[in-house]
Amino acid sequence: MKELRDERTYDVVVIGAGGAGIRAAIEATAQGAKTALVCKSLFGKAHTVMAEGGIAAALRNVWKEDGWDVHFRDTMRGGKLLNNWRMAQLHAQEAPDRVLELEEWGAMFDRTPDGLILQRDFGGHRYARLAHVGDRTGLEMIRTLQNRAVELGIDVLMECTIQKLLVDGGRVAGAFGYWRQTGRFVLLRAKAIVIATGGAGKAWKITSNSWEYTGDGMAMALEAGADLIDMEFVQFHPTGMVWPPSVRGILVTEGVRGDGGTLRNKGGERFMFRYIPEFFRAETADTEAEADRWYDDKKNNRRTPDLLPRDEVARAINTEVKAGRGTPHGGVYLDIASRRPAEHIEKRLPSMLHQFKELADIDITKEPMEVGPTCHYFMGGIRVDAETAATTVPGLFAAGEAAAGMHGANRLGGNSLSDLLVFGRRAGLGAAQFAAGQRAPGAVDEREVDELARRITAPLERGASRTGAPAPGAEDPYRIHADLQDTMQDLVGIIRTQRELDEAARRIAALRDRLDRVAVRGGRRYNPGWNLALDLRSLLTVAEVVARAAATRTESRGGHTRNDFPETDPEWGKKNVVVRKKDGEISLTPEALPEMPADLKAIVGEQPKPSEQPAIEHTAPARAGR
Amino acid sequence: MTVTPQKEATVRVWRGEDRASGDFKEYRVPIDPGMVVLDVLFRVQAEHAPDLAVRWNCKAGKCGSCSAEINGRPKLMCMTRVSSLPADEPITVAPMATFPLVRDLVTDVSFNYEKAKTIPNVRLAPPGPDGKRRMYQEEVDRVQEFHKCIECFLCQDVCHVIRDHEENKEAFSGPRFFVRLAALEMHPLDTNDRLELIRAKHGLGFCNITKCCTEVCPEQIHITDNAIIQLKERVVTEYYDPLAWVKRRVLSKRPPAAGQRPTDIGDKEPAGPSER
Repeated sequence: MKELRDERTYDVVVIGAGGAGIRAAIEATAQGAKTALVCKSLFGKAHTVMAEGGIAAALRNVWKEDGWDVHFRDTMRGGKLLNNWRMAQLHAQEAPDRVLELEEWGAMFDRTPDGLILQRDFGGHRYARLAHVGDRTGLEMIRTLQNRAVELGIDVLMECTIQKLLVDGGRVAGAFGYWRQTGRFVLLRAKAIVIATGGAGKAWKITSNSWEYTGDGMAMALEAGADLIDMEFVQFHPTGMVWPPSVRGILVTEGVRGDGGTLRNKGGERFMFRYIPEFFRAETADTEAEADRWYDDKKNNRRTPDLLPRDEVARAINTEVKAGRGTPHGGVYLDIASRRPAEHIEKRLPSMLHQFKELADIDITKEPMEVGPTCHYFMGGIRVDAETAATTVPGLFAAGEAAAGMHGANRLGGNSLSDLLVFGRRAGLGAAQFAAGQRAPGAVDEREVDELARRITAPLERGASRTGAPAPGAEDPYRIHADLQDTMQDLVGIIRTQRELDEAARRIAALRDRLDRVAVRGGRRYNPGWNLALDLRSLLTVAEVVARAAATRTESRGGHTRNDFPETDPEWGKKNVVVRKKDGEISLTPEALPEMPADLKAIVGEQPKPSEQPAIEHTAPARAGR
Repeated sequence: MTVTPQKEATVRVWRGEDRASGDFKEYRVPIDPGMVVLDVLFRVQAEHAPDLAVRWNCKAGKCGSCSAEINGRPKLMCMTRVSSLPADEPITVAPMATFPLVRDLVTDVSFNYEKAKTIPNVRLAPPGPDGKRRMYQEEVDRVQEFHKCIECFLCQDVCHVIRDHEENKEAFSGPRFFVRLAALEMHPLDTNDRLELIRAKHGLGFCNITKCCTEVCPEQIHITDNAIIQLKERVVTEYYDPLAWVKRRVLSKRPPAAGQRPTDIGDKEPAGPSER
């Protein structure tokens, strides 16, 4: 196989080129490490580009009462206190600097009337906190980071899929994969590796995620000996498009509600008022009048229940639709047309206006949108050290959606982009420092690489043996993927039960057997059928882990709701479900969370005081781009 | 444009690994309401040609990966509704013509990534005395228009300077990078000077303002009016107006002091707001 592969040697290899990966590569390079950035698709196309609403950071430009402590409190409460407290603290403390750094590198956020970065309201955040660019914040962020990476001359390996992490005596030695454009193998030797590959939302049928999100990093880290935690917590974003069928799942930004939009059932009722949980009752408006006043006067009013954390809103929509109060296409209405003038909507939500006009023939300045939950984000992932983003495998680091702990049981909107920056930087720093302490990358086991190469080409060989009619028992990758998506959608969705989770695990095992017989036509050059067949391996691993972790946690909390265990159990509130793989066997073990210091506990328990004054006249017309 | 349910569609897809030997192949697939051209190709992959090479990512018009030529027009496959195309003829999907072919509908767009490396990034003036940088929405607006670019490279594909003349690629960066250069030049706090580079290295003079790029831009950026013509005027002023030349040499490029509201945000008003 050796004649067919490219070989390169680096100090640090970053796998994944969304916000976390690029930020990690920038930091590693700044530390003097020779760094490669591996993208599964073209540079600048990763899912960060889809982020709409904004970056949460207590910049205090709009509300001077905001601060890292309030952001920390909101994050912990939004995560139902299951977060790694130290990550949540570092995140809240460092997010403002990371946002200002983006501005330094050329990002142009919307402005306050006195020229500072404007901030918008979002679910679960007590103050208007999200730095944004209309409703295309992620594009601004990824392009800014991309330009910075280009400026630093970082090696970017585009359309390159990594299939396995190579380990030498427990320490990272490199990574092996292939170029999508040619099918040629690539071996990357590295002293340290950062995983920033995002989640695995492509396991569900209704999803905001693209083909890339197949859990590669999580599965490879597990295989290499790292721990995964919180895998049962999958975020279903409450508002995805539901009609027409071909666009089902495409994201509708929470910014619609942040800017005044409201959810209604088919009777026109603002149903969220019936779904205010005890945990958030003290800080949530209980009348429509108070909720409407809150947008302009946060001093005397509490937040609208339309902006409860995402898990609460997604469950409420799910319940309304199941009770027969949904729209004709099985969603609920999201109405901003009757609430804000057309000009405001055009300025603040241009992408949403365009998306609905082009894809659904809906003019959102005149009619309500139809929306429903869509699989969006993994709170769970690779367990990391808060300070360095190190995993339990020496030399292996992780950041962004692929890592876990920061968001606990549920992520607040806007906290993902700030997470990418804060922990992307820390992972790049940690990896560069680790690499500086190593003389050379670990040794690569050539037999392992040969075996891997055979595994990678096997689906094509099975496909090539066919002449015309499929060989007996040959499996089609598209079919396996569709069956997995049906399984996860039907059995591991928003509401779960033991019986369904067990059934899901059984079906996933059957899909794994079918994957062993997967056969693909064609060659190695840009062959999506072959690429999918290979991606399915990690996708099935992550799907299995999610189903089994969900079966293990016998309570309801955040993004994990059990019909058979509807209550939140304080005992489970002290534990993560830890997933490990040893000798080919996956084990799941509840383990104690790190104990939060008393001073931080006090911050988390604090309730809002009625002394909140806007730092500026925040009702002044906020002009967005476009 | 209305949602008219169609039962089946015929799609002619370009297949092959090089332009000389490849050809269009016809497929018939069932059509559901609301389907876009990318959905049609997914059906082709699932039912007829699992190895059909298509590059895509977000499927929501935000990442700019799925550029192709649909019925001869450069478009995003994820934003082109089947119902917007003539129902009585096959849908033709071909790869972008300006870039080398990888396979089927996928082209090698590395030309663009190489050009990007030749543009000096932003270098901001230091923050004001309070440690903050101030910019006003009026000045940010015109740059934000350029930042809407999703790098689909459809403007590069349609630009006849490089579409019909491979030999120009060396000396011409194309509309996408004029948009990027305009964004940098109009950044209110940037201190880098790129005018000589724009004139000499990026080949602004090749553009004769046919506006093809503006017509195909899925983000409706006024590429010609707001980026290219603005840059041309700046270059003309810098190099061919003797008074301005002296003035600029003496004063150099100076951004407005941080914290001070600018009174003049440019030589010319940008074109009207986009329709989106």
